Amino acid sequence: MVQHNSAHFSATFAALADATRRGVLERLARGDASITDLADTFDMTLTGMKKHVGVLEQAGLVSTEKVGRVRTCRIGPCRLEEEMAWIARYRQVWDARFAALDDVLEDLKRQEQARGRKQRK
Amino acid sequence: MVANNASESRRTTVEKTSDREVVVTRTFDAPARLVFQAWSNPDLFRKWWVPRSMGMTLRSCEMDVRTGGSYRLVFGEDAANTFAFFGTYLEVVPGQRIVWTNEEGGDAGSITTVTMEERDGKTLLVMREVYPTREALDEAGTGAQDATHETFAQLDALLAELAAG
Repeated sequence: MVQHNSAHFSATFAALADATRRGVLERLARGDASITDLADTFDMTLTGMKKHVGVLEQAGLVSTEKVGRVRTCRIGPCRLEEEMAWIARYRQVWDARFAALDDVLEDLKRQEQARGRKQRK
Repeated sequence: MVANNASESRRTTVEKTSDREVVVTRTFDAPARLVFQAWSNPDLFRKWWVPRSMGMTLRSCEMDVRTGGSYRLVFGEDAANTFAFFGTYLEVVPGQRIVWTNEEGGDAGSITTVTMEERDGKTLLVMREVYPTREALDEAGTGAQDATHETFAQLDALLAELAAG
């Protein structure tokens, strides 16, 4: 199981918890769109859509760029799967190392106990 | 949190706290002085730093674990194909804290800070790795994977030696 306690992941999962926002991601996966396009597609007010896009942007799932009066939205820069794979690889290395360190520490503890017994004699 | 569950307390957590920083935590069932010893004595260090599952062979391990000291770990299947990890210890407080640089990546090198906090005979270890850029951190995740080697021969020999001793 991948461990991910970071604020970043919380933001990502919160962003994905909403059906409209998942819909927006699916729509953007097919191509860039303006806030106005998205509001029309999902039958929402501009203000409502701006809020959803803001949440997605905060989580790094969507980036926006304003050219003139139009704000264009696109997928990225954060790819959730890549992030999770990165964490999983990183954790795999340290988990293996630390399991081996447990064994080394057990040996050291036994050696200390053995020395302690000798000293008491 | 209940700490008497061994599998729970020995869980390794990895948290990406920013684009450039990763924090790893783990509790060890041993006093901090022993954790420090396992981290600062090269003979002990090489027993656990390169576990079998990493598939890497550690050819040599030199470390002078004190403030201003340096380390050099050389990996490789044979003398013709080696790669080294090296750096210096920026700060060493026995039983408490080790800070070192990772200089094999040049300018993209990270700084690692390990702190050990003892409580009731157990040690909470917190390892913080800070990379100069987001890209350097992304690279690091795959680095360990890229560096894997096929032969276990040298490590196996060492483990057999340890088991026999």
